[in-house]
Amino acid sequence: MSATTDLTEPAVSPAEPAAADTTRRRVDLGRFRELSLVPAILVLGLIGFIVSPAFLTADNLIGVAQQSTELSLLVLATTFILISGRMDLSLESTIGVAPVIAVWLVLPTSGGRFNGLGLLPEWTAVPLCLLVGALIGAVNGFLILKLRLNGFIVTLGALTMLRGLQVALSQGQSIVELPSSFTYLGKASWLGVPAAIWVCALLFAIGGSTLAWLRHGRALYAIGGNAEAARTAGIRVDRIVWIVLILGSVLSAFAGILYSGHYGSLSATQGSGWIFQVFAATVIGGVSLNGGKGSVFGALTGVLTLQLVVNVMTLAGVPPLWNQFLNGAIIIVALVISRFASGEKQE
Amino acid sequence: MADTATAPATGPGTPAPVAEATGISKRFGATVALRDARITVAPGESHALVGRNGAGKSTLVSILTGLQQPDTGTLRFSGEPAPAFGDIDAWRSRVACVYQRSTIIGDLTVAENLFLNRQSGKAVQPIRWKQLRRRAEELLGEYGVAVDPAARAKDLTVEQRQFVEIARALSFGARFIILDEPTARLDARGIERLFEKLRDLQRQGVAFLFISHHLQEVYDLCTTVTVYRDASHILTAPVAELGHQALVEAMTGESASAVTATGGRPAVRSAADELLTIDGLTLPGVCEDMSLSVRAGEVVGLAGATASGNVQVGEAIAGLHRARTGRVSVGGRTVRTGSVPSALTAGVGLVPEDRHLQGLVNNRSVAENATLTVTDQLGPFGTVLPARTRAFAGRMIRDLDIKTPGAATPVSALSGGNQQKVVVARALATEPHVLVAIRPTNGVDVKSKEFLLGRIRQVADGGRAALIVSDELDDLKVCDRVVVMFHGRVVAEFDRGWRDEDLVAAIEGVSGDAPPAATFPVSAVSASSGADEHGR
Repeated sequence: MSATTDLTEPAVSPAEPAAADTTRRRVDLGRFRELSLVPAILVLGLIGFIVSPAFLTADNLIGVAQQSTELSLLVLATTFILISGRMDLSLESTIGVAPVIAVWLVLPTSGGRFNGLGLLPEWTAVPLCLLVGALIGAVNGFLILKLRLNGFIVTLGALTMLRGLQVALSQGQSIVELPSSFTYLGKASWLGVPAAIWVCALLFAIGGSTLAWLRHGRALYAIGGNAEAARTAGIRVDRIVWIVLILGSVLSAFAGILYSGHYGSLSATQGSGWIFQVFAATVIGGVSLNGGKGSVFGALTGVLTLQLVVNVMTLAGVPPLWNQFLNGAIIIVALVISRFASGEKQE
Repeated sequence: MADTATAPATGPGTPAPVAEATGISKRFGATVALRDARITVAPGESHALVGRNGAGKSTLVSILTGLQQPDTGTLRFSGEPAPAFGDIDAWRSRVACVYQRSTIIGDLTVAENLFLNRQSGKAVQPIRWKQLRRRAEELLGEYGVAVDPAARAKDLTVEQRQFVEIARALSFGARFIILDEPTARLDARGIERLFEKLRDLQRQGVAFLFISHHLQEVYDLCTTVTVYRDASHILTAPVAELGHQALVEAMTGESASAVTATGGRPAVRSAADELLTIDGLTLPGVCEDMSLSVRAGEVVGLAGATASGNVQVGEAIAGLHRARTGRVSVGGRTVRTGSVPSALTAGVGLVPEDRHLQGLVNNRSVAENATLTVTDQLGPFGTVLPARTRAFAGRMIRDLDIKTPGAATPVSALSGGNQQKVVVARALATEPHVLVAIRPTNGVDVKSKEFLLGRIRQVADGGRAALIVSDELDDLKVCDRVVVMFHGRVVAEFDRGWRDEDLVAAIEGVSGDAPPAATFPVSAVSASSGADEHGR
């Protein structure tokens, strides 16, 4: 009995096993795509090693990692937002304006170079900063999801407006007298490695696991892939996207805290122009601008690639004035490589 | 929510219907989508819901699946009142639905698609991927779907995707499934396998509500049919007691004038000029050494299943594909293959296969869409004069009887049939010598179908040539000749008066005189009986 069914099964659908075979092979390629920048990083390491003995030292590598932390947090936020099929350009202003507002609220009204309102005790600076971030994300979400405005333009407007708010509040100057709680994370070192690196690693691990193993993380892929299908599957699309936008802005505000601590001051141009690098790192890391595709790990390799290029070039004695040119060139080259490595058109 | 207090009790003795809707009304602003509509689906029944575009079918589906609330009326599932609005899980355990638009997410695996939003028990519990794949395998096995759960959904065929959707819909435990035009994107063989699967499920006691434009499928699959027209319930009757003509009448509200009304036309003079000549056309991976000619005044059908290459040949004539060898000429002029402008100037008009992808610019107006191919005639020096566009579009709208509030209405606001008319209008706007129409009646209601096919016939009667590329027997019935392709080769040619069985056999690549009836695609087997009623 079973023998006959075994015989007739393939006869009914001879094409299907073959189709399944090819799809399995393609899935494997898709998995490798996440790692497509790893060879590039290794090659960069090799070049760095050849170019300068200073490259492969703990100090230099930790330096590169620390410089990547702030950018990488924005990349993490952008990865989440892009996977769910949205965009938030205002992240680069949030990184500056959230700390400024927090500091403005807690610094005393007189006595310093920069006078705040002194409304709240100094220890509230960090939670305040995160709260401001959440608020910015919530407002963006309201405009995009409730009023159904175009997300690109809304966040472009927010980018400009928040940058302006920062300049107005800080009177265009750097703020150097920061509360100590505010600068702790950016300055501290745990086990010989800057605290910022530990925190970033932890956040990336949490973010990556959420996207890989949690239902609500997988929901982002569904929403970015086909929002209508996600809705019919019972996913609360708007609510989840809203939460993602809020989380993104909070991450960005947190990056602002690390950045101010790292450099010990809050400059008026903090984060200005970063969004291009953020998008570049995210996209060469394999996250699709159309949503529904990509991974946190891929995005991380994107950041590291960009930072390593700059580091290697600096060590090689290329004048820093060429950095911008090289950054741009790397983005285009990386896109071309991933276009042909994956065989998929990018639109 | 539905007013459950006044729900009529189900009759004693008979099992409660799996789904019963009574007195359903729904308005969207000024438009009445449903007016006091009702439907009752018995357990294990295959129930067809038919109606022209805009009859209220889609609204009924979204009400039955809990996506929309009716303004008035009662809904009961297996005798119990419908669950609260918004309790998606409860709705799903009563009604499964395969929507008209695919709800499969291409970049996720089949397993994840099947268990979307329920990959793990609790929200904070990590997903166990291996277990998920195993569960998916079991689920697919249960419904006999041979698909690898680890495959990415976008690598599946349309048919496989549809089976995955059905398996997913039923996996919530419902014994009642709504299928909203499931056959629209399948070829004949796929439809056959779908129906096979549906009959299997029916034997297991699953009830269907089957929505289709294709009346033949209703006769093949269903036992009961409900007709809606103009937002109201018209009739419910056993399929066996309702003739083809009576059904069409119920749908249109008037007696059907047959598609084949052109039966009395004069035979084409064989001496007429060949307007379209294809000579030794070879498209890499599609067809080899293909030759075909169409004379003035002739409508030729190019039939074939999905993989036969007939669509690609049609598109190649219109310049969408570059040929490796071979020649396409129109009225003696050679067309450069792979060049749309060259085909246009030679006088080829194309009605593309998929109006949404290739045909229409959705958010632009009817006028703009209809005149997209003739912008050079709308003003001097490359300008497009609004007045001339309007006049031109007005002519088109009258000519093709497009039901639109105005020429400036966005084309996405029209019904499917009228959108298709806009596409045909555009193909005719250039006054082509040769009209190539690929599946011209895809997803179009009965009335528009008749009209469109009649219009294509008119083109030929006006001394031009038409090529209908399709595998729908209704489309092919207006043709003077039908050429059948199979796997990139011409395998048969039929003159008018062909028998459905023969044509279908040729399309399916079944040679021999008496192929076993079981291998026919169900949609075609009894098409002859339907055609007979038109008095062919």
